[in-house]
Amino acid sequence: MKLTKSFVFLIIALCLALPASVFAKPVTINWWHAMRSARGKIVETMIQEFNASQSEYKVVGTNKGNYDETMNAGVAAFRAKKQPHMLQVFEVGTQTMMMSGAVYPVYKLMEDAKIDVDWSRYLQAVLSYYMNADGNLMSMPFNSSTPIMYYNVDMFKKAGIAPLSKTKPITWDELGEITKKIVSANIASAGMVTAWQSWTQIENYSAIHNIPFASKANGYEGLDCELEINNPQVVNHITRLKSWADDNRFMYGGQKYQGPKSEFIAQNVAVYIDSISGIAKLKKTVKDFKWDAAPLPVEANTKKLQNSIIGGASIWVLKGHSDAEYKGVATFLKFLAGNKMQEFWHKETGYFPITIDAYESLKAKGYYDENPLQEVGINQLNRAIPTKISRGLRLGYFVQIRNIINEELEQVWNGKKSPQEAMDSAVKRSNVQLRTFEKTYE
Amino acid sequence: MIKRSFFKSKYLPYLLILPQMVVTLTFFYWPAIKGIIQSFLLSDPFGRKSTFVWFYNYRELFTDPLYLKSIFITCTFSIAVAAVSLSLGLFIASMANRALKATALIRTLLIWPYAVAPAISGIMWLFLLHPSYGVVALGIKNWMGIDWNPVLYGSDAMVMIVMASAWKQISYNFVFFMAGLQAVPKSLIEAAAIDGASPLKRFWFITFPLLSPTFFFLTVMNIIYSFFETFGIIHTVTQGGPGGSTNILVYKVYQDGFVGLNLGSSAAQSVVLMTLIIVITFLQFRFVEKKVQYGG
Repeated sequence: MKLTKSFVFLIIALCLALPASVFAKPVTINWWHAMRSARGKIVETMIQEFNASQSEYKVVGTNKGNYDETMNAGVAAFRAKKQPHMLQVFEVGTQTMMMSGAVYPVYKLMEDAKIDVDWSRYLQAVLSYYMNADGNLMSMPFNSSTPIMYYNVDMFKKAGIAPLSKTKPITWDELGEITKKIVSANIASAGMVTAWQSWTQIENYSAIHNIPFASKANGYEGLDCELEINNPQVVNHITRLKSWADDNRFMYGGQKYQGPKSEFIAQNVAVYIDSISGIAKLKKTVKDFKWDAAPLPVEANTKKLQNSIIGGASIWVLKGHSDAEYKGVATFLKFLAGNKMQEFWHKETGYFPITIDAYESLKAKGYYDENPLQEVGINQLNRAIPTKISRGLRLGYFVQIRNIINEELEQVWNGKKSPQEAMDSAVKRSNVQLRTFEKTYE
Repeated sequence: MIKRSFFKSKYLPYLLILPQMVVTLTFFYWPAIKGIIQSFLLSDPFGRKSTFVWFYNYRELFTDPLYLKSIFITCTFSIAVAAVSLSLGLFIASMANRALKATALIRTLLIWPYAVAPAISGIMWLFLLHPSYGVVALGIKNWMGIDWNPVLYGSDAMVMIVMASAWKQISYNFVFFMAGLQAVPKSLIEAAAIDGASPLKRFWFITFPLLSPTFFFLTVMNIIYSFFETFGIIHTVTQGGPGGSTNILVYKVYQDGFVGLNLGSSAAQSVVLMTLIIVITFLQFRFVEKKVQYGG
């Protein structure tokens, strides 16, 4: 009797001990992201590759909706202490994440996990957007893009305009001449259209010409920063666009990309400024005309052109998990940054590869000879070492600020305000948001 | 004679209303109180830091000219939606109320739009009226020669969202007006007809007063609808633009709170919105209801 009892006990003990040793279960790592449909599938493929490549960790990716919804899901989960290990957050949420105290900085994660990363082999203009003031990387860049200029080759030919260079940008004045020819010859009803106006026409315009968007190095060096977009250069640029709007060289197609894109596809305009992610979209839908891409136009008298800035999202590591799990997160992030994954990601989605190695490897394989369009954005992004002004923007309540800029620009386009009035008002209103943000973290 | 029930136990009635009380307390009062508290705080979204700031959030709101404009836009919008959907609903109901062969079919068809979700309704109207790809918009621009552009002009955008919002609500109003019309005694109308009252007079002096309870109820419902449930339409059609010209209060609450993560301001806006709707409903009951003639 006693023997049976101890035998049963032994069996139970064995059963309890076994799964932990022999059938060691992989450590589960959760990743909440905002990638849906085609991109969601690509992300899923990358996760599966990682899970198949080793047996210690198992990454589980979950789509939580669009960017806003994903960030909100992360916030709510953190409050309920059920946060995932990794959260994908769009670039405008960077400051909120950084101030939250809820994140485990990526540079520190890599150090603690003893994974050696040579950050200098990453695209600097991508990294700098997610660095703190000391130059340490806070989150891992994931999907990054930058705006470029698309144009209708057939229309250019009809107007007798030579195709544009893919590396050397034209000037805004030249673009004015081009669109004038096209509109006056009735080749298209309007000259150019732009998607994401705040990002392409103010944020990137300022970065490329090294004009501060906000004080305190665009907010990197203090919460007490103020917007500075009512400077003469930006106001002149908006005034020029407004004068173009008056003679149809520019048309307003909406805040996002859908309206502007459909104007370009319908051949109502000859020039269309949008993110490099437009390449895939245009390839898919445009069948009846030839189009090409060039870098964003620049001002004629610029001494030194700076890099354009990125948009997109990065992966934040959230606090509150065990060291073993963080080791897995670090391993996964390292895996994602590897050449194989970066090349796959870049080819499939058009988003930048984040390392120079991946870019050079693709170049060596002749990928850019076959797909010259894909290199336009990379060249523009890499044309200079980012300065304190062109490395990115670090603003609290950036979502609200972009909304304010959109509202004010729309009032310029429909003639309710002069460019100077609108930019002054945008600065004033945004500063109220910045002060509230500052007060929150006092 | 009024029926009354008497309970022998003192506690039974309380027990019986308990489930309803629990539901109301957890799903209405608790969040509302949380919202009121939040409106006095400045807190970071991750909930690690909260500062009590008295009326800071309210002061910021009421010194923001755009917020005051948003209140004005909301009132214009809801009056327009209520006016359009009530008048068209009533018009269609009185047309459909006549003895027609296909009455049942017509009625069913007219109720359908109510089953369409606001967001879907918004998308459909957008596909019709968007200046770049809207089918009807192209017609308006090309054949009527009107410079229709809701992406650029605030007034065009307002017309578009009023249409999309009212279209859905017409069906709802239609159902209630239809029921109300059928309750109007035929004898009264026939008597008036014999006395030589024109159809318009009969409608104005007999049908309309008898419909007034329905009309009053629908006015309240339509205003509440246009304040809150039109969110989906705004979100899909204009996102509050252009230049903030269709940024109604409930959409601003969403943008500042859910997207922008400014919880304090968003909570303060919700409290203002709640107060506003309480005041409007109170005023309606206080002044308009006096003129309503409930059945004698």
